[in-house]
Amino acid sequence: MARIGTVSWNWDPFREMDLLERNWGNLVSGLARPRVAKFPPVNILTSEEDVIVTSEIPGVNPDDIDLTVTGDTLTIKGGRPHPELREGQSWQRRERTGGEFFRTIQLPFDVESGKVQADYSKGVLRITLPRAESEKPRKISVKTA
Amino acid sequence: METEKSTVEIKKQEAGRGLATERMKTGNVYLPGIDIFEDKDSIHIVADMPGVGEKDVNMTLENDVLTIEGRVAPVEVEGHSPAYTEYGVGDFFRSFVLTEAIDRDRIEATLKDGVLRIVLPRAEAAKPKHIPIRAE
Repeated sequence: MARIGTVSWNWDPFREMDLLERNWGNLVSGLARPRVAKFPPVNILTSEEDVIVTSEIPGVNPDDIDLTVTGDTLTIKGGRPHPELREGQSWQRRERTGGEFFRTIQLPFDVESGKVQADYSKGVLRITLPRAESEKPRKISVKTA
Repeated sequence: METEKSTVEIKKQEAGRGLATERMKTGNVYLPGIDIFEDKDSIHIVADMPGVGEKDVNMTLENDVLTIEGRVAPVEVEGHSPAYTEYGVGDFFRSFVLTEAIDRDRIEATLKDGVLRIVLPRAEAAKPKHIPIRAE
């Protein structure tokens, strides 16, 4: 928004700077990083006891999925084979993606890394991460004197 | 290293609106991502249908329309509530019009790790034939 020559009485340079910064951010991120769907997509479910992370990764070998947990960070790493054609075959349509993937997920709390369980079935990865003991909410009863 | 905190919408295309027949079951329906390739003998379709098991898939070929349908059980874990959601969970549905004659008796389909693979063999009559020309 150009405002050359007309500075209204309630002009706030700080607000202007803030706006510019925000728009600039949009512009730059729009240029540098087009919005690409992250692969694999994840869903996170929580309770007081644990957090469950599910992810749709169809068509991978579970041995090719690497999971790392540190504190409240979960890393999913792996690869999905690129569909390849044999001789004499030709593409009609290509929508599925392949290749290496890497995602870091911030969990809502620290987890017990030694008790993490993961299974892969029907193309869906499911990881259960128990909340660290020290992080569990504790009930404190108030005594009357 | 990137860390996500906010909710990001992942584009998983909904099949919804364009369906010719209405479904009796409620819930979201998604279009599985597909690859199609062909060779001289057959047409191959590969579809990503995470969450679908062998018994949850239904495939029909009627009047040159191939329909694939996969049922996905919703993930409900007692005492848990969704904290962050990138993908929707729902059934898969997609249909194709086949422009070539297919040998219906020899169609094969396999499902492994949420990936459905269909092989549609071309009918003998539809296969390209070499016609020799005699010199006189």
